[in-house]
Amino acid sequence: MPKISGSEAVIKCLINEGIEIIYGYPGGAIMPVYDELFKYQDKIHHVLTRHEQGASHAAQGFARISGKVGVAIATSGPGATNLVTGLADAQIDSTPMICITGQVSSKLLGSDAFQETDIIGISTPITKWNYQITNASEIPEIFAKAFYIAKSGRPGPVLIDITKDAQFELFDFSYSKINGIRSYNPIPDINNNKIKEAAKLINQAKKPLIVWGQGIILGNAEKELINLVDKTGIPAAWTILGASAIPTEHPLNVGMLGMHGNYAPNIKTNECDVLIAIGMRFDDRVTGDVTRYAKQAQIIHFEIDPAEVNKNIEVDIAVLGNAKQTLKEVIKYVHVNSHKNWLKEFSDLYQVEFNKVINAEINPTKKGLTMGEVIKQINEFTKGNAAIVSDVGQHQMVACRYANFKISKSNITSGGLGTMGFALPAALGAKMAAPNREVVAIIGDGGYQMTIQELGTVFQTKAAVKIVVLNNDFLGMVRQWQQLFFEKRYASTEMVNPDFVKIAEGYYIKAKRVNKRDELASAIEEMIKSKEPYFLEVVVEKEANVFPMIPTGSSVSEIRLS
Amino acid sequence: MSENKIKYTVSVYSEDSVGLLNRISAIFQKRHINIISFNVSITEIKDIKRWTIMVESSDIKIKKIVGQINKQIGVIKSFYHTDEETIYQESCLFKIKSSLLFDDRKIQNIIKESNAVIVTVNSEFFVIEKSGRSFELDDLYEKLSKYGILQYVRSARISVTKSPLMISEILKKFKKK
Repeated sequence: MPKISGSEAVIKCLINEGIEIIYGYPGGAIMPVYDELFKYQDKIHHVLTRHEQGASHAAQGFARISGKVGVAIATSGPGATNLVTGLADAQIDSTPMICITGQVSSKLLGSDAFQETDIIGISTPITKWNYQITNASEIPEIFAKAFYIAKSGRPGPVLIDITKDAQFELFDFSYSKINGIRSYNPIPDINNNKIKEAAKLINQAKKPLIVWGQGIILGNAEKELINLVDKTGIPAAWTILGASAIPTEHPLNVGMLGMHGNYAPNIKTNECDVLIAIGMRFDDRVTGDVTRYAKQAQIIHFEIDPAEVNKNIEVDIAVLGNAKQTLKEVIKYVHVNSHKNWLKEFSDLYQVEFNKVINAEINPTKKGLTMGEVIKQINEFTKGNAAIVSDVGQHQMVACRYANFKISKSNITSGGLGTMGFALPAALGAKMAAPNREVVAIIGDGGYQMTIQELGTVFQTKAAVKIVVLNNDFLGMVRQWQQLFFEKRYASTEMVNPDFVKIAEGYYIKAKRVNKRDELASAIEEMIKSKEPYFLEVVVEKEANVFPMIPTGSSVSEIRLS
Repeated sequence: MSENKIKYTVSVYSEDSVGLLNRISAIFQKRHINIISFNVSITEIKDIKRWTIMVESSDIKIKKIVGQINKQIGVIKSFYHTDEETIYQESCLFKIKSSLLFDDRKIQNIIKESNAVIVTVNSEFFVIEKSGRSFELDDLYEKLSKYGILQYVRSARISVTKSPLMISEILKKFKKK
């Protein structure tokens, strides 16, 4: 075989790993790779985003809906630093992603050359792994390692920085995937004693509660979770990254945990006798005050990452391993059961929440439009089959609370990092990964303007993303906090917004604005029926608040309904 | 478990790879923990490095930190130990004016009693080296500082643990997989 260049090797590595779509932005130090992308455009579709941050979030959206590794590519210096937010987001939300960056020639490293930045140093704390390639011969092994690391165990982002001379260098290429690294143990061995101890505790429990997270989705353990829930009759609640793993309508799905979650699962967290946490990490937004979290309960933690055990909450039994395998094992030992009276306590509390919060949110009678009624209409017209990609803020909480899910991997949102600007590019990535699915982005007027330039990418790719902006002319969540905790001092949260419809139309995207209730259903119907990208602005009430709410520092049992 | 801060020795066995230092030091930095001393060296196993990191921390915190270090790709295994669980040594060098040796005979006695080693002597200065436990080095510093020290430098702690660490077994287990 003739020698090939490092840059051609990069493309061949991607092809070997089954990559067909990548998101990126060219520039000086990555030009040799782009030159090869031009030659291989029938094999790899490169999507030109309008900003590297957009490329990183698009790769995340791609990964989140498909479970595959998302790939983003950028040049050195500012190209690389613009990927940082996406890397941090993928790290904290355990998203498999690979970012490839160009770097100045190895001879220039450390000389403050044009567009040189120490992206390895910058990205170290926000990547699962990173590596700087200075010789073309390293490329196959490092890419194989990167893909293995990104997707195995608890997934995460990997950054590969490649000097320009390594991209030009010729070498003998051969590629083989890897399935092990001696200093990396992605899935801890299952301890059967722990499985039996956990089952015993579950069988003894009178008031058990399951709380699950994204570990179910990342571990493809949806079926196992449903089997466990069905067999034991235990009510199960979810973190926002765990949403959609069990259909919304499942009778034992008791709703969302945490700060703006449902009333019942939060209250019951502090009343259950056994708390069974599966693939979740007791984030502070879920636990509230940790010193007053589930103190009465014995806690079982099913977890793939040993560092998460006892990190935030001390647990009684830790069952390490991949959720799919550990749940399969524990199901063998648990008894068929039903917890009718206990379950009734959840539905009673749901009724309280429905009467005080939910009804007014999804069936409003007051003048202004609510965010909840928009989500309800989207549920109606998509029949719960859509993937909902939300940004960050009030609309995100409302979307997660009220969206109906039938299919797993359908709630794509920036959970851990809370990245405003995530949704538009992530929705684009999701739609391209799953073109047959309805993908609806729900975005606030603030976050929308952080990555609004990606409308250009939507237009260019014609990816039929449905973009809903819930416009209250405010940074709504911050305003809500200002109202509740800062005596209504609305410091820099009111927004004077442009004509969003005109902007969308400027990108030749069909667009509509709705500000009356009787126009809402037909507008959403038109949007969902559209075969093209569609932009819908819904002007919602300016100063509405999201409830229930657990104020910072409060316990989950202090959840407020107003 | 307690929140009381004491000195811990964190020992990390790792691959010899660029950038791992950053990754590990970031774990301490993220938690606003200052590193007291830090040493990287070769080990009994070919191509495997050992890091000896001294920090002050609580039992609860150090356990979580070691958990995070263990997660890093390139780390074979890390541990934390108290002083009682390790055999450790530090060493230091003193540069002192040669004239002092003759002006005050007491210095010669201090050197003798402390089991320090004279590394070099010339007409201007002499250099002594002392290895031992932290308090022995502190003690010698205290005694010599009265006479004036031109330069003083101290190495990071190195330590071995009383209990076995079983690194070769971990590596063997990987090979079998």
